[in-house]
Amino acid sequence: MDLKYKLGIVIAIIIIIAYLIFIPSKSYERIQIAGSTSVQPVAEKLAEKFQETHPNVRINVQGGGSSLGISSVSQDITDIGTSSREIKAREKPGLNEYIIGKEGIVIAVNNQNNVNDLTTDQVKDIFSGKITNWKEVGGPDLEIHVITREDGSGTRSAFENLIMGDTEIRPDAIVQSSTESVKQAVRQDPGAIGFVSLARMSSDVKALKIDGVAPSEETVFDGSYNLQTPFIFIVKGEPEGIIKEFIEFTLSPEGQAIVKEENVVPVK
Amino acid sequence: MAKYEEFLVEKGLFITAILSILVILLIIGFIFREGLPAIESYGFFNFIFGLDWSPTEDQFGVLTMIVGSIGITLLSLLFAVPLSLLCAIFLAEIAPPFMRKILKPVIETLAGIPSVVYGFFGLIVLVPFMRVQFGGTGFSMLTASLILTVMILPTIISISQDALRSVPHEYKEASLALGATHWQTIKNVIFPAAIPGIITAIILGMGRAIGETLAVIMVAGNVTQIPNSIFDPVRALTSNIALEMGYATGLHYNALFATGIVLFIMIMILLVIANYFHYKKKVVIGGGYL
Repeated sequence: MDLKYKLGIVIAIIIIIAYLIFIPSKSYERIQIAGSTSVQPVAEKLAEKFQETHPNVRINVQGGGSSLGISSVSQDITDIGTSSREIKAREKPGLNEYIIGKEGIVIAVNNQNNVNDLTTDQVKDIFSGKITNWKEVGGPDLEIHVITREDGSGTRSAFENLIMGDTEIRPDAIVQSSTESVKQAVRQDPGAIGFVSLARMSSDVKALKIDGVAPSEETVFDGSYNLQTPFIFIVKGEPEGIIKEFIEFTLSPEGQAIVKEENVVPVK
Repeated sequence: MAKYEEFLVEKGLFITAILSILVILLIIGFIFREGLPAIESYGFFNFIFGLDWSPTEDQFGVLTMIVGSIGITLLSLLFAVPLSLLCAIFLAEIAPPFMRKILKPVIETLAGIPSVVYGFFGLIVLVPFMRVQFGGTGFSMLTASLILTVMILPTIISISQDALRSVPHEYKEASLALGATHWQTIKNVIFPAAIPGIITAIILGMGRAIGETLAVIMVAGNVTQIPNSIFDPVRALTSNIALEMGYATGLHYNALFATGIVLFIMIMILLVIANYFHYKKKVVIGGGYL
C-alpha cells in the first residue's frame, strides 16, 4: 500500500475521533443516582419508567453502598444518593431525605430446620455467639453456623441497628458478599442462619417469625414486623427542576406501584 | 521509502513499550499515594502485624489476611505442582500426538473458564461436600485451595510443557545414544534442563493464586482470623479489598489501598525469587544458555 494512502487513513481516523470528542451529541438533562445496592434495582426500574415519559432525560443509576450514596450526594458528586439504612445524625446537615419504600429484613434458616419462631433477644444471642446450638432454642442438636454480610453492607448495618445494638456479631461468622450467596450458604447447610432482604426472599430458605410476627409485605407495611429499614432517596438542599420531578414521580401512585412490583413495600 | 517505514515502525514500537512501562508506574504511584496515608496514620507495624480488622472501629490490622493469602496459596501449590508437572512431562514427552491434540485444548479451556464460575461451582458443590465430610461450615482454607488448584493447573502445565519441549533435541539424542532409558533421560537430562522455565511456571501459577479474588470470596468464608487448621475459614488480601471497596470512605479507603500495597510487595518478592532461580538454574552451553 502506498504511504500517502496510509497517511490519509490515519488522518481521517484522527479527524473522526476529534469530531466525536469535541462535537457534543444531542443534549440531555442528566440525573446521577448512586448508593445502596439494595435500592439499585428499584431505582433502575423507576428511572426506566420515568425516561419513557421524559425522552430528553437520561438517568444513570450506580451501586456502591449506602455510605457511598450519602457521602457522594453531600459532596455534590451525584444528584441523588440512595440509602438502605437510616442516615446518622452527623451525616445529616443539608440533606433532604425521601423515603420511597420500606424493606423487611428476614432472618433465614435452612428449610430442614424445625425452628420457626425466635425472639429478638434469641437472634441477638445467636449472632453474638452466646447461643451456639439449635437445641437451646428448641431445634435439633446441631451447631449453629452464623452467616453475615461484609462490613459496610446496608442490610448488615440495618440488621446491626435493629437487633445487635452495641453487641458485636461473633467474629468467626462466615462472611458472604451478597444476599444471593447468603441464601446459597443457608440453603445447603442445615445448621446455618443468616439475614436477607425481604425483596430477595424465596423458597430456597425458611423465613423465621420474629417475636411471633412473620415477615411479609403486610406486616412490614403496618409496622408490626419490627425488622425493617427504609429505602431513602437523598438530595442535597431543595430538589429542583428535573430532580424534583423525578422524586415526585417516585412518590406518586404510579411510582409507588413500580416500587411494589420490585417486591419493596411502598410507603403509601 | 522503505527506510522511512522502518524508522516509523521502530519508533512506534518504542513508544508503545515506553507507554506500557509508564502505565505500570502510574498504577504503582497511584496505589502508593492512596495507601500510604493509612500506613502512616495507623503505624506500619500495627498495620502489618495487627490481628484486628474492623473498619467501623478504625482497626486496620492485616496479619490475618496475609496469613490467609499465603496459606491458601501454599496449600494450592502443594496440590497443583506435582499434578501439573507430571501432566506436563506426560504431554511433552510421553503422550502420542493424537492425545496431545485432545489434551492441550482441554487444559487451555480450563484456563478460559471465568473465575466466578469456579467460585459458584465451589459454593454449590464443594462447600456442602466439605461440610459433610469434615464438619464445620464447609467454608475453609482447604476449599479455597482446592478451587485454586484447578484454576492454576492450566497455567503451570502449559508453561512448563513449553519449557520441557524447548530443550534441544540433541540432549535427548545424546542421552539415549549413551544407553539411558527414556525415563532416565527425562529425569536426568530434560527435566533439569527445563528447570528455569518450570520455576517460572510455578511462580506464575502462584501469582494467579494470590491474585485470585472472586472464587476465593465465594468459598473461603472471609473470616478475619488466624486459622487453627486448614478447615477454618480465612480471608485473603484480595478478598478484603473486593469485599469492602464499595463501601469504603476516608481512612478505610486508604487502608484498602494499603492492603493493595502489601499484596504488591508480596508479588514483587515472588518475582524477584523467580528471576533469581531462573538465572541460577540456567544451563550454560557454549556461549549461551537455555
